[in-house]
Amino acid sequence: MKRITVTVNGVKHEAEVEERELLVYFLREGLGLTGTNVGCDTSSCGTCTIHLDGQSVKACTLLAVQADGAEVTTIEGLANGGLHPMQAAFQEHHGLQCGYCTPGMIMAAVGLLEENPKPSEDEIRHGLEGNLCRCTGYHNIVKAVAAVANG
Amino acid sequence: MIPSSFDYEVAESVDHALELLRTKEDPKLIAGGHSLLPLMKLRLARPGTLVDIGRLGGLRGVRDAGDHLAIGGLTRHHDLNTDPLARQHCPLIAYAAGLVGDPQVRHRGTIGGSLAHGDPASDLPTICLVLDAVIVARGPGGERTIDASGFFNGFFDTALAEDEIITEVRVPKTGSAGWSYLKFRQRALDWATVGVAAVVGASNGSIQGAKVAFTNMGQTPLRATAVEAALAGAPRDAVAAAAQKADEGTDPPSDTWATGDFRRHLARVLTGRAVEEALSR
Repeated sequence: MKRITVTVNGVKHEAEVEERELLVYFLREGLGLTGTNVGCDTSSCGTCTIHLDGQSVKACTLLAVQADGAEVTTIEGLANGGLHPMQAAFQEHHGLQCGYCTPGMIMAAVGLLEENPKPSEDEIRHGLEGNLCRCTGYHNIVKAVAAVANG
Repeated sequence: MIPSSFDYEVAESVDHALELLRTKEDPKLIAGGHSLLPLMKLRLARPGTLVDIGRLGGLRGVRDAGDHLAIGGLTRHHDLNTDPLARQHCPLIAYAAGLVGDPQVRHRGTIGGSLAHGDPASDLPTICLVLDAVIVARGPGGERTIDASGFFNGFFDTALAEDEIITEVRVPKTGSAGWSYLKFRQRALDWATVGVAAVVGASNGSIQGAKVAFTNMGQTPLRATAVEAALAGAPRDAVAAAAQKADEGTDPPSDTWATGDFRRHLARVLTGRAVEEALSR
């Protein structure tokens, strides 16, 4: 077991974790933050996407001990009062069907706009290439991200 | 999927990491972990101790070293893709770093990790091979350099010893030479079914110093020696005929993505396109 300190959504957590515990399970089962989903569990589908020190990463391919000392943001930490603009845009443009990919898709999209605030449609599609939507709702997802980018 | 149990140690310096590699039971280095952790989750790798070098900030970043760029072994793909020095002096490696996996993977994966992993389907080993990069490794006996041409021994097998760390990758500046990397894949985030890298110089209408290398056409990244020989000093209209030699000396795998024959076809087609694109840049 290792003792780690991780700041999640602005709240500092100290915990004892097994060395092999994946960050996504620490978030879901250790902290009860079940907004971050587990899909493929092989770093392909992207539904476990969170921000680690401000960058989008797949929490199924990180050990909790690797996040020791880091700042983590999950979908629960995105909204400040009402919905985050990206969440509101997904709602407005119907950027979800079953919703399973949505938390990761939104975290990836927010990360994309932080690196590239005014992406072209092509850049949005490439920027979301690490996230799969099995309902194939990509067109509306891209519309939602473009709506936020274009203010 | 949960990896089997292991001990975990954080390296505070390269020397500390080397000491941990010497003294811990069945140790394995982890940096970004985006090659190793998936293998551990599938239990294809079961290291006794993970030595985390991911916090060694001194091994991160790109430095101008005169005729070459010195890329720290822990430089992440995203940082290499966006690095101004890399984009200016070796645009091929900056571009290719942006094709590895997907954005989330590129935020974690490192160039040293990618090379040490030795996967012939990975992009950066091919890029280092076509650029004649030099890999700098530190071990208990000090530092040594390994040419990329002698680094990849076989499938997931490299010249790096178990007690060594890749500290730096030296890539020559490509100057005015044109370049290309074409990656054929089924889905955006996949490994290359086949990849072709080219660095080509031209003067007075003839091709000078064409270098071509393949991803996923054998047990290691491969140089397209027959194509390079056919292009040496050749006129520009020799590209199509040279590209027909692309699969000579290759041994492409057959798997769920493609048969070996289809990979040979892809290598010939993509070689022609890559050399033409390099000539146009």
